[in-house]
Amino acid sequence: MIKTALLILTTSALLVGGQAVHADPARDKIIADLARAAGTTLSAQRGQAFFTGTHSGGKPDSPSCSTCHTKDMRKPGATRVGKPIDPMAVSVTRDRFTDPEKVAKWFKRNCNSVLGRECTATEQGDILTWLSSL
Amino acid sequence: MKTITTIVTSAALGLIFAGPLAAQKAGEALTKEECSACHLAYQAYFLPKRSWQAIMADLPNHFGEDASLPDADRAEIEAFLAAGAADRQGRNPRWLQAISQDVVPMRISELSWFTHEHGNRVKNRVAKDPAIGSISNCAACHKGAERGHYDDD
Repeated sequence: MIKTALLILTTSALLVGGQAVHADPARDKIIADLARAAGTTLSAQRGQAFFTGTHSGGKPDSPSCSTCHTKDMRKPGATRVGKPIDPMAVSVTRDRFTDPEKVAKWFKRNCNSVLGRECTATEQGDILTWLSSL
Repeated sequence: MKTITTIVTSAALGLIFAGPLAAQKAGEALTKEECSACHLAYQAYFLPKRSWQAIMADLPNHFGEDASLPDADRAEIEAFLAAGAADRQGRNPRWLQAISQDVVPMRISELSWFTHEHGNRVKNRVAKDPAIGSISNCAACHKGAERGHYDDD
């Protein structure tokens, strides 16, 4: 019981940097798990910079997350063949980041496409913190 | 007596077909879900089995993106595509006829049949309209593309 309480307190402390505005138990747990793995305070600001920034090391057609998702998270993006992608902002697409398997699957694929590697827990946590605050 | 025989036969046939049919249905649903996350789930009958095998063997490098899947899902989708491929059961549709057996076409849009059907007029239309985005966006013009209807042009 004390252990659980401590865990919650620690997680909350780690989340203070960018507490999710649109709470959802499943999403909160995903972010809390990332925060714990990151071992640092997650930052929405850092998430935004990473997401909208241009990277190297990945595939030439996708130098940035924003290549497909645009820089306006409240608007839909488009895949490279023109299929719409639901907006990333949690305030617009309410069920975003509530399925841990889906989150892991798309981070793995898309980080590899953009950066040529998997994203760290900090990078993932920062991005989700940012997108959950919008 | 005849009725009983019919019932027994039907039940037996049902048992024989239920397994593969259910598997095929599941394979179809999974294929639709995974492929159409990014693009139209192109019908299996547009490419030969060897193409689907090559495409599904290199999902981490899928036309410029990482589209990797857990291996069980990958295998199930490949099986579904192979079962419905253009050359299934010895078939040879017109879009395969110009393709040599030792060539493995990787894109439907590269088949000579496709380029002949679409021509420069369509190419120019795609190039001019950012909303279409790509010649691979079948549904931009063929409204029934998801259901396999392409005769509306």
